[in-house]
Amino acid sequence: MSAIFTVTMPKWGLSMQEGKVNLWLKEVGDSIAPGEEIIEVESEKISGAVEAAATGVLRRQVAQADDVLPVGALLGIIADADVSDELIDDLVTRFQAEFVPPSADEEDSGPQTQTVKVGDVQLRYLKMGEDSAGAVPLLLVHGFGGDLNNWLFNHEPLSASRAVYALDLPGHGSSTKVTGIASLEALGKVVVGFMDAVGIECAHLAGHSMGGGVCLAVAKLAPNKVKSLSLIASAGLGTEINGAYIDGFVAAASRGAFKPVLETLYSNASLVNRSMIDDMLKYKRLEGVDSALSTLAAGLFAGGRQAEQLASAASGKPVLVIWGESDRVIPSSHATAIPGATVKVMPGQGHMVQLEAAGEVNKLIGEFLSK
Amino acid sequence: MSSPLTREGLLQAYRTMRTIRDFEERVHVDFATGEIPGFVHLYAGEEASATGICMHLNRDDYIASTHRGHGHCIAKGVDPVGMMAEIWGKRTGTCKGKGGSMHIADLEVGMLGANGIVGGGGPLICGTALASKIRGSNNVGVCFFGDGASNQGTIFEAMNLAAVWKLPVLFVGENNGYAEATSSNFSVACENIADRASAFGMPGVIVDGFDFFAVHEAAGEAIKRAREGGGPTLLEVKLSRYYGHFEGDQQTYRAPGEVQHLRDTKDCLMQFAKRVTSRGELTMADIEAIDREVKAMIDASVVKAKADPVPLPEDLMADIYVSY
Amino acid sequence: MARKITYQQAINEALDQEMTRDPSVIVMGEDVAGGAGAPGEEDSWGGVLGVTKGLFAKHPGRVLDTPISESGYVGAAVGAACNGLRPVAELMFIDFMGVCFDQIFNQAAKFRYMFGGKAKTPVVIRAMYGAGFRAAAQHSQCLYNIFTHIPGLKVVIPSNPYDAKGLLIQSIRDNDPVIFLEHKALYTMEGDVPEESYVVPFGEAAVVHEGDDVTIVAFGRMVNYAKDVAGTLRKKGVQCDVIDPRTTSPMDFDTILESVERTGRLVVVDESHPRCSMASDVSGFIAQEAFGALKAPIQMVTAPHSPVPFAAVLEDLYIPSPARIEEAVMRVKEYK
Repeated sequence: MSAIFTVTMPKWGLSMQEGKVNLWLKEVGDSIAPGEEIIEVESEKISGAVEAAATGVLRRQVAQADDVLPVGALLGIIADADVSDELIDDLVTRFQAEFVPPSADEEDSGPQTQTVKVGDVQLRYLKMGEDSAGAVPLLLVHGFGGDLNNWLFNHEPLSASRAVYALDLPGHGSSTKVTGIASLEALGKVVVGFMDAVGIECAHLAGHSMGGGVCLAVAKLAPNKVKSLSLIASAGLGTEINGAYIDGFVAAASRGAFKPVLETLYSNASLVNRSMIDDMLKYKRLEGVDSALSTLAAGLFAGGRQAEQLASAASGKPVLVIWGESDRVIPSSHATAIPGATVKVMPGQGHMVQLEAAGEVNKLIGEFLSK
Repeated sequence: MSSPLTREGLLQAYRTMRTIRDFEERVHVDFATGEIPGFVHLYAGEEASATGICMHLNRDDYIASTHRGHGHCIAKGVDPVGMMAEIWGKRTGTCKGKGGSMHIADLEVGMLGANGIVGGGGPLICGTALASKIRGSNNVGVCFFGDGASNQGTIFEAMNLAAVWKLPVLFVGENNGYAEATSSNFSVACENIADRASAFGMPGVIVDGFDFFAVHEAAGEAIKRAREGGGPTLLEVKLSRYYGHFEGDQQTYRAPGEVQHLRDTKDCLMQFAKRVTSRGELTMADIEAIDREVKAMIDASVVKAKADPVPLPEDLMADIYVSY
Repeated sequence: MARKITYQQAINEALDQEMTRDPSVIVMGEDVAGGAGAPGEEDSWGGVLGVTKGLFAKHPGRVLDTPISESGYVGAAVGAACNGLRPVAELMFIDFMGVCFDQIFNQAAKFRYMFGGKAKTPVVIRAMYGAGFRAAAQHSQCLYNIFTHIPGLKVVIPSNPYDAKGLLIQSIRDNDPVIFLEHKALYTMEGDVPEESYVVPFGEAAVVHEGDDVTIVAFGRMVNYAKDVAGTLRKKGVQCDVIDPRTTSPMDFDTILESVERTGRLVVVDESHPRCSMASDVSGFIAQEAFGALKAPIQMVTAPHSPVPFAAVLEDLYIPSPARIEEAVMRVKEYK
């Protein structure tokens, strides 16, 4: 039987209510494979591409560029080539008639962040996907100054076949702003504690930037808890790091100062919009963040050099290394630091490759984990 | 001692107190239904004060009132029907629906306004009294204020000014024991508000505000003195309010049963009726007739207020001498 | 960790956290606890609308009920600030500034400058402002423009719970007198507020909606109206920047200027009267600094030049409405 699939306005992050259509990346009649980017959409916070979840042909572009539509609204239709136009039109009519946009004060029905205590530290985390007997869970660890939203475009797509956790490291996001943590190993200990606290015996670890270094530290501290490592623009694999970026990030106290710093992260600087800067400023202004970040930066990256080298911690584990070739924070030359690792250096991409090239990164990690 | 009031005077006194009481009880009920907008402060319990004092006043004497002003208005002769419409925000209200409960005024009858600013009336009444004095009339001004306002600089300044200029003013400190939720035991540093009179070189008198006759007598002397050029007096009336600072106030700062006890033992209307009937000055039939008439009048005022029209859009910019 | 709390809770939390952090912070005002000297409950009110409820028990001796003597206690707060405390004095309704203005604008505002920089006056005066409560002419005004006019005062008008907390903490830590104004209609507004302490710096506008067609500058409660209008117009193809200056002194003119230079169209929304207002202030600034960028005459959406009326039907006409804001935006958008 031929299938018809709807493409709808995604919900990126808990606060997204509506999105604006930027442009279609596929034309009507194009063949579509799962994971392919088909339409670019912009929320208040970020713009990104919606990926196809099905195989077929793009049969309708229901939404047009510049349309502002609520989450869940119909954007387009993917169906096999032999599905009649009539059937498709029926579906569109029915969808539009029955669609009720979520109201702003409606309780969010999607997964909610939770908290867990590890010693004195309260950690926020978000779990997506279901526990299943055969599937080892995946844990996503963000980088310096980041939080679990750094995985906005990866978390849900990767959770189709396993439980996927993302946490806020101490001093980050909404976790306790502990001061005095100054090493990857200290962060690694907290992550081990987190895994114990939420009942993860063993997980695939994926880390971005400093989070990659944290994953390596976990592998060193508790090798049995680590099934594999996916390291994206990872720390701990070489000595160089952009010291000006780290110092600028720690020092930035205003929108004007933050903008050029954040632009360093992206290959497409226009992604650094006001909302992203405002969110970062809100985080930076929380009591304790200044001191947590300064301590961490001084311990990890003093003088523009990485203090800890952890490539050897990966030995014996399956490792995937992903890097943006034009990374301006940690050079992509570090990608080859682990012998035997699967390495993908992506041309034109920057430090936030998991956000900017989410489709491809998700595909690489998905394939790596399924092996 | 027999009262100096005639039968007509006694009937008038009772009618005024009953009108205030019924007016306030009715507003209390209607406010609870959510139909009356804004901030409303009720005078129930304090009727003997406004009534006993204003009975000495002529139409062209002035009073300045407080945010708890309905009783003063009624006692000074403001039409309760117009007042009710005002409180309901209607175009037929005393102030055309633009003032509301806290700002009812009727200059025609010498009512200079309820006042949303605590202590706001003191200096104003010095002004009306100054005008009377300069014009050579024998009119007086009465400033009602509460125990809360007794601590305002404006009241101190007004008392000093009235004494310095020997103005025909009566300052009436209605001490109901609470400024909002704060007890006057705490907020008034001296024993009595009246004690402060000596600081301004004027007589200070304390009177039981549940006793209409005591208020009437004390006010009579002070107002007479003022009319005759003898200068100001500070009269402290000790009384109590039956309802909260504003409608909606849960009054958790008061002792349990405090209000009920006062209602049962000291209520000014109850005491008045008991005294005049026991002395044979009025009959229960007189009292009951007034009760019926007043109730009918208040009921009718509410029916009318509900039915009356709201202000028109153009009223927003009426009575402004320049707009942009 | 952020969670949803109300504007009112955000203010209470800011006071509580600062009182915990710094023993020199005290709170004073009429019935900020309530029940002083009375036979019933202590802390019976916690402020006339309950904003300071609970602080009295948590911070013994540092939540002071005052007599109704605004000149007295506001002046005392100013004096205490000169002598090492960080008082937060609550004036209840901003309309009551009339009773104590000397202590604010002749005293507190002047010390730092007039005493050759040798005095600091870290006092905060909190008060409710704004119409919508049927509270009539003496309990409903928006007087932030008057304070903004006075050198030496800082003036803060938060439009949401997040800003209310961060700006109040900044106000308390600031070494100058700060007038902190809370719109009564916003007390029940919910929003994401971190549990942690944080500051929102003065003089940094928030851009709460982005667009390149029209700039809307709005103040206090009006920010929320403007944001809603911008959301509606976005669906109709009109893109608005909505700027919330958050503090009117200091004022982030740079953000407004940058926006108007991009859009060429300005609407200012101010719940106060039109003359000598924040609306005329922003309009005047843009007329001076960005005349060449303007593609349409500036529109001001304000209350009329009238006292606040009591009757609901009149008060609703008085308050600038989303419909009037939308009209003004369309007028500048379609101006030829």
